Amino acid sequence: MIERLQHARTFRHGVHPGTFKEQTADQLIERMPFPTEVVLHLRQHLGAPSKPVVRVGERVFRGQLVAEAGGFVSVPLHASATGVVTAIEKRRHPAGNMSEAIVIAVDPNSPQALYEDAPHDWETPSRDELVRAIQAGGFVGLGGAAFPTHVKLSVPEGKRAEWVLINGAECEPYLTTDHRLMLESADSIILGIRITMKVLGAHKAFFGIENNKLDAIQALRDKIPADLHCEIVPLETKYPQGAEKMLITAVLSREVPSGRLPIDVEVVVNNVGTVAAMGDFFGYGQPLIERVVTVSGPGVHNPSTLLIPLGTKLSDVLAHCGGVTGDTNQILFGGPMMGAPQYHMDVPVLKGTSGILCLTHAEAAVRKEYACIRCSSCLDACPVYLNPSILGQLARTGNYESMRGLHLMDCMECGSCSYVCPSNIPLVQRFRVAKALLREEDARQKDKEREEAARAKAVAS
Amino acid sequence: MSYQAPHLILATSPFLKRPVDTPMIMRHVLYALAPAVAAATWFFGLSALAVILACVLGCVLTEWFFKGRRPLAESTILDGSAAVTGVLLALTLPPGLPLWMSFLGGVVAVVFGKLVFGGLGHNIFNPSLVGRAFLQASFPVALTTWSAQRGAGGTFGLQASNLALPFLHAHVDAVTAATPLARMKFEATTTPLHNLLVGSTAGSLGETSAVMILLGGAYLAYRRFLNWRIPLGIFASAYLVATLLHAVNPSYPDGTFHLFSGGLALGAVFMATDPVTSPVTPRGAWLFAAGTGALVVIIRQFSGLPEGVMYSILLMNGFTPLIDRVTQPRTYGTKRRLGRGN
Repeated sequence: MIERLQHARTFRHGVHPGTFKEQTADQLIERMPFPTEVVLHLRQHLGAPSKPVVRVGERVFRGQLVAEAGGFVSVPLHASATGVVTAIEKRRHPAGNMSEAIVIAVDPNSPQALYEDAPHDWETPSRDELVRAIQAGGFVGLGGAAFPTHVKLSVPEGKRAEWVLINGAECEPYLTTDHRLMLESADSIILGIRITMKVLGAHKAFFGIENNKLDAIQALRDKIPADLHCEIVPLETKYPQGAEKMLITAVLSREVPSGRLPIDVEVVVNNVGTVAAMGDFFGYGQPLIERVVTVSGPGVHNPSTLLIPLGTKLSDVLAHCGGVTGDTNQILFGGPMMGAPQYHMDVPVLKGTSGILCLTHAEAAVRKEYACIRCSSCLDACPVYLNPSILGQLARTGNYESMRGLHLMDCMECGSCSYVCPSNIPLVQRFRVAKALLREEDARQKDKEREEAARAKAVAS
Repeated sequence: MSYQAPHLILATSPFLKRPVDTPMIMRHVLYALAPAVAAATWFFGLSALAVILACVLGCVLTEWFFKGRRPLAESTILDGSAAVTGVLLALTLPPGLPLWMSFLGGVVAVVFGKLVFGGLGHNIFNPSLVGRAFLQASFPVALTTWSAQRGAGGTFGLQASNLALPFLHAHVDAVTAATPLARMKFEATTTPLHNLLVGSTAGSLGETSAVMILLGGAYLAYRRFLNWRIPLGIFASAYLVATLLHAVNPSYPDGTFHLFSGGLALGAVFMATDPVTSPVTPRGAWLFAAGTGALVVIIRQFSGLPEGVMYSILLMNGFTPLIDRVTQPRTYGTKRRLGRGN
């Protein structure tokens, strides 16, 4: 064990928040009972929303297609429970707005068997056919970003994917979703890795796991068969180790060029939850209709790691976990470093929901902001080597164009700067605003240019 | 399902925070200064404490007065920076300095060293050194009257000159002694190393005991409240330049003497490391330290002054924005440093 700790790889900079994983790390994944209603948002992923293919009043079965992909960068959606479609209407979305969703009243008498439960062949189809099959399964990155998996696995013309990198870092405090999966679903993970490697034509897989999960490292080392070229790489426990670019740097000592993708350094990164789900799909036909979610934090009575049908409402999940304490005042989807705060108990679990965290007064305290004393803690924390100190001062004065010149757009919003700042300056929070405004400005500029070009064309003709 | 929904606070991530804040850092700087303060009290008696108190009062009251005279709970004096400025200023002063001068030095340090620039975090020059430079220019005699150590003063070591009234000449027969640097410069004699280390020499409150200063610095560096590159760089650079000069002309003192005499330890550990007025980048810190260390020896050796730590640091403070500009970090995934194209 000591040998492994010494060989743990990592990236430069980053922060060491407490891990807070003890509450759920040793509990088996528990299947949550089906709720009375599921709300399946058409926007579960990055890219175009899915398009409904069912009508109100129609009976649907668990695993049946209910909405098709809205384009290439989009995925279809499947019913997470057998029941009747009661509405296709705007419902509360975890992102904070109202958004179109398919609402299914769950049939309490149904055995909830899968609509199709035959394994899918993955050895004979071509790579293109496999990409289409993965899209049909509705897979997105389950680490939180929810980017359609088949898009990641489609290698563009002229590029190649030498390596697959499986992300088992799980650097967000509290979350034990991936940890439990690695302990309990090794077979699905291994099948998922095989398929990922076949789709990409990759030669070798690396499996990065932080060394606070030594049991998972050991379990997978024992289970990975000799014919699978997959190396388990123990990583130092440090945030944001699980960020795609940081993981690539930690494991392969390569940097992804600014504004480019991992494929530009011949790597594709997939979250361990995603490969496990793909393994389930090809193994016994289950599309992405449920996911593992860590429900934790000091505010929840019975912290647990649950297997939850997509579309289950926050209120149902928390009720299953014994409810929340009276001093709970923040509920997050995701981890405490990058998660999104929730505003209503009706929001449903999405494909990208990796955790549900209930924080109490102590964690959610509003802190007094002091002047920047240029202590350089943020420079030492920033994993992409920006200068958050100067960026923070420019953001304060609204000097967004200068921030762009200092590579603001390379900020991945991990929040390490805000975490370390002794003056409690909301650095990453201000950077988000600045980035959004700059993107808006760019869009306006583009529109203007297009308009002018059209006008010039009209004059010329 | 009926459910008692809690009142939810909306904010954006992150929701965890390192349990360190600015007042805490300032508090720890004060703790780190405690050994030096204790040593000063040991060597100079009550005078030392009186001068420190006067400086701190000058700084803190000024901060409170000019920052809106708010009730204590809302006042910026709670961030602790004014108190740190006061103690640091006091440590650069001679123990027999009239208390009214000490107080005035504190006032000037905060007003012209910090507040005129916009308060904490916005100043260019180290506030305590601004206060000290003002005193040096205004009261050159009082600032260079180095009383000898304990035994020279009156009751409990409180020196009569401390109690001189403003703008009146104090007719006191203090027993004075030359500092090691002055002896080196004007009498060409050196002081034994162990005296320098322990601090049993004449000098300002905080420049006598190098060991106590280094102890405090080591604590801050261990807690990561201090950029260790700066003191290390200053010591290395001063030692190197002094050794070179000594090699060229052996009548110049060697590197070891320079390291442990005068205010070098205090300046390197507590003044040059003021984060506000030193570079934020690691390479910048090395550059800043190299410049400061070299300047200290050059000023000591070739100027009309026996000591050069204060001016070296103030000068390099002026270069800090420039150093920061040329040592910006290289962004992940890019080839060149910021500010030099992409």
